[in-house]
Amino acid sequence: MTATGAPPMVLAEGVHKRYGRLEVLRGIDLRVERGAVMCVIGPSGSGKSTFLRCINHLEQINAGRLSVDGELVGYRQRGDKLYELREAEIARQRVGVGMVFQHFNLFPHMTVLGNLVEAPLKVKGEPKREVHERARDLLERVGLGGKADAYPRQLSGGQQQRVAIARALAMRPKLMLFDEPTSALDPELVGEVLDVMRGLADTGMTMVVVTHEMGFAREVGDELVFMDEGVVVEAGPPRDVLSAPRHERTRSFLSKVL
Amino acid sequence: MTITSREAPTGAGAPEDITAVPVRHPGRWIGVAVLVVLVAMLVNGVVNNDAYHWDTVGKYVFDRRLTAAALVTLELTVLSMFFGVVLGVILAVMRLSPNPILSSAAWVYLWVFRGTPVYTQLVFWGLISVLYPSLGIGIPFGPEFVSFETVNVITFFVAAVIGLSLNEAAYMAEIVRAGITSVDPGQTEAASALGMQRTHIMRRIVLPQAMRVIIPPTGNELISMLKTTSLVVAVPLTSELYSKSREIALSLFQPVPLLICAAIWYLAVTSILMVGQYYLERYYARGSQRSLPPTPLEKLRRRLTGLRPGPRRQPAPLPGGGSRGDTGGTGGIGDGR
Repeated sequence: MTATGAPPMVLAEGVHKRYGRLEVLRGIDLRVERGAVMCVIGPSGSGKSTFLRCINHLEQINAGRLSVDGELVGYRQRGDKLYELREAEIARQRVGVGMVFQHFNLFPHMTVLGNLVEAPLKVKGEPKREVHERARDLLERVGLGGKADAYPRQLSGGQQQRVAIARALAMRPKLMLFDEPTSALDPELVGEVLDVMRGLADTGMTMVVVTHEMGFAREVGDELVFMDEGVVVEAGPPRDVLSAPRHERTRSFLSKVL
Repeated sequence: MTITSREAPTGAGAPEDITAVPVRHPGRWIGVAVLVVLVAMLVNGVVNNDAYHWDTVGKYVFDRRLTAAALVTLELTVLSMFFGVVLGVILAVMRLSPNPILSSAAWVYLWVFRGTPVYTQLVFWGLISVLYPSLGIGIPFGPEFVSFETVNVITFFVAAVIGLSLNEAAYMAEIVRAGITSVDPGQTEAASALGMQRTHIMRRIVLPQAMRVIIPPTGNELISMLKTTSLVVAVPLTSELYSKSREIALSLFQPVPLLICAAIWYLAVTSILMVGQYYLERYYARGSQRSLPPTPLEKLRRRLTGLRPGPRRQPAPLPGGGSRGDTGGTGGIGDGR
């Protein structure tokens, strides 16, 4: 998948994030290649969700460099000076990055189809016919072809999360971010969402997945990152990290969750 | 074996439904009897009291002057409420703006307009032509291109609408702000993640959801506005319902019957507004419940055709599963029951 010379999809160099005096990210260096699936694990409060949100500029970083597809997130660099981007420019950057949230965050006042077509129609200004067709295809793909006219609250959690994935895909992003997509689901509904994500990974989509699903990380992930206290403790091929962790902190975390 | 649930147990054998003698409520019947007697006494005291001059009420309630005045009152209400809501939304968005100048400007506005009586404000707007005899459009501190005599532009009716709207906007701003902050921040995040910008998010995602919280108190404001219009005599505008009925009453030397006429009209308009509010709430409840609560007409039909539900019994499940647990939080009218 990697074209020689093309920048990595996500490149983080020394990323820091503070809330007041609390340092949530303390120097993150990561690289996500095109078409790769990176899974991020770690205890709660380790900064993994914050890092994910920084990639989409839902949080602003305080130091370091973070770029998506070779473009700095939230800034423009001229010489050695950084300029903050305008709202419209940030919005344009976000168009290329899909995001799926722990609590789905579907728009409850719109039908499932309405959720999918709102942004492509109003943000990208694509023709209605095409958008509706694509939206119905996507719903078919996530196994919800019959639910186009339902309201989110009429669906189960697993179905809602699949709609949320389809909604993000409707914008045809080049990168997908998943923030604990199965953590709010009943155990028997987790599988259907992971199946959709697995199918998506098979299409070659670049994905960053914050998750607690070790099985998914092992099977689908190309790289597994373990974060703790705002730093990357260990990163590598999932099998290696899961079966032979090199760091004591990774070992003790894995012994608790596996 | 004790019976712990009224619902038919499911599962093996499905035993027949329980037919138990319901709990009797003698206290309720005594209460009803007392109430009936009290109401009868009250009605008798009102109907058979000549001082009410019911014949005058009947003669004047559809009097042309009163119906015209009721129309003026309705116009004042609708116009003032319309501008009040529009300005209120703008003020609410300003107050929630990250820009400190905008939010403090909105705060000062609220402070002034909520902190002074609406009567005083109405007097002020009535006097505006004294303060500013002419109004013009031009360059600030520079030449004017056009100018008007204030009295010609700001008639008493216009002054009344301005006064009522500006006052209302301050109250509406707080109602709208409460509605906006009631919407889960995750909605804004999800919308920004899709590349939407602030105004788009506000208009398409946040405000429609905030409406569920905004509408009930706005209905209150609307009805309150209808009655506040009686204060525009302060401007002085005297063509509305209350002033007109007072005027007729004075000429007849019969204050009570005309007061009743005015009350009848206020009540009639309020009733119409309440029906409108009910259906508006129903509209914005879509998606917030698994199925919408029945309209009064549907309820009536169901009651006439179905079994009459006894007290404290669960209503027959609606087709499509109207779940009781889900109706929480809608508050007020239309709470599915």
